Amino acid sequence: MKNKLLSAPYLVWMVIFTIIPLGVVFYYALTDSLTGHFTLANLAGMGTYLPIILRSIWLAFLAALICLVIGYPVAYCIAQASPTRQRFYSMLVMLPMCMSFLLRTLAWVSLLEDTGIINNFLRLIGLTPLPLIRNNGAVVLGMVYNYLPYMILPLYTVIMKIDRRLVEAAQDLGCNSAKVFQKVILPLSVPGIISGITMVFVPAVSTFYISQKLGSPGTTLIGDVIESQFKAAYNPNLGAAMSLFLMVLIFLCVGAMNRFSGTDGEEGLMAP
Amino acid sequence: MKKFSRVFTVLVFIFLYIPMIVLLVASFNTGADVAVFKGFTFSQYGEFFRDDSLLRLLRNSVVIAVLSSLLATVLGTMAAVGIHSMRARMRRLVLSATNIPMTNPDIVTGVSLALLFAFFGHLLRTNSVLGFWTLLIAHITFNLPYVILSVMPKLAQMDPDLEEAALDLGCTPMQALRKVILPEIMPGVVSGALMAFTMSLDDFVISYFVTGSGFVTLPVEIYNYTKKPIPPKIYALFSLMFAAILLIMVGMNLLQMRDATNRRSRVRLIGRSENAN
Repeated sequence: MKNKLLSAPYLVWMVIFTIIPLGVVFYYALTDSLTGHFTLANLAGMGTYLPIILRSIWLAFLAALICLVIGYPVAYCIAQASPTRQRFYSMLVMLPMCMSFLLRTLAWVSLLEDTGIINNFLRLIGLTPLPLIRNNGAVVLGMVYNYLPYMILPLYTVIMKIDRRLVEAAQDLGCNSAKVFQKVILPLSVPGIISGITMVFVPAVSTFYISQKLGSPGTTLIGDVIESQFKAAYNPNLGAAMSLFLMVLIFLCVGAMNRFSGTDGEEGLMAP
Repeated sequence: MKKFSRVFTVLVFIFLYIPMIVLLVASFNTGADVAVFKGFTFSQYGEFFRDDSLLRLLRNSVVIAVLSSLLATVLGTMAAVGIHSMRARMRRLVLSATNIPMTNPDIVTGVSLALLFAFFGHLLRTNSVLGFWTLLIAHITFNLPYVILSVMPKLAQMDPDLEEAALDLGCTPMQALRKVILPEIMPGVVSGALMAFTMSLDDFVISYFVTGSGFVTLPVEIYNYTKKPIPPKIYALFSLMFAAILLIMVGMNLLQMRDATNRRSRVRLIGRSENAN
């Protein structure tokens, strides 16, 4: 009975530093920066950023989709390996997540630049250099690169747990390997797919560093706008309104996907 | 088909590691331009160890990571034990609140804390409270869910009779916690602590919003660097951290593997003694 009391310090901490800050975001989003009166102007002011909002959602969605297409075969391949190899491969997937994502993104700048490694190589073999950076494609590449491990790990966790006997049963009942995949393995990996897409989409839609480094002023994202409201333009009310929008957007997306899959989406969220 | 997926997997791993290889190679380059390899040198490493300001930034990052993961582990483990003994409805409510920092994008967590701290600053009538303490608070806040969510499954796996047996045999609740529950959930506590430590060490987005000019961590400074060309000694630092993390991960893997074989042989021993009886 007394054990319950052990969570008291955490509950106090959570209320002060998680719940109340969200209330503060609401407060700023719904008040005027000068007078402090209630206003919807901040939310309405977001209308001018509609193209940026749509671009963020589109690019993040594209990145999540590409991560799924690339990540699924990899996760599947890892799950088929022997236990020792599985540990080794999942370590290889996790290692980049622990290294500075700023520096890794900068490395892509050195690779993709007009005078970068790839274009230098193209010149060396006599081809014309390509415009590889400062466009939407480079931003999506940066997102895919940075968040691919977040797709592979939950997929791997879910595929690994699939009962081998189900696969064998399907084979005994006359399914070929394509049918086994379509009827057994794919439906059972849906929870992993859902949490993988969420874990790629959420950081991708809110990023500002990737678009700053690999994009151009024409590829500004929601995150860039929020960042500039707090660090340059200093209009925290508009920044708060954008944050609120982002929060609601993600809440709706995650909620819709969880309803669609019929799971609570928590499975496979954590690496093994 | 199988061959194709194996080749594909290797290609994806190459994709994941190319930028890191670029940075590792750059740390041995005599030139400052990453794209042109001029010659081989170790001098960037010497430069790094002589740069006091860079070493101070690294120390700041490590101090914040150690303190925040330690405090989050203590607070989070206590919380997990408490949440575990709650009724189902209350538990669900608390866990969904715990999930907030994990489902929210980092930038929203950063912004919300920055606004809260601005409000505190307003109450205290100071210009800005941003610095060491706000950074520490923010890091503890985003570390807590990782610890709680890695301890909770271990508590769920634990036999509930164990605690009662300890209490029946005369343990105080505190002793039962220390001698029975804690050893059972230790693997979850340790992996939660390690996860919190790495998250904290590498965090940029949240730190960026809650840090002031007085106390800066390495990732925030690297972000500030990127407006001008990066000094190559940063690549030396990257390579050193890469080596350190690689060592830690291999070590953890070996430990886990030994643990797994130990458990297997123990199960075999138990099986044998039961047969003998």
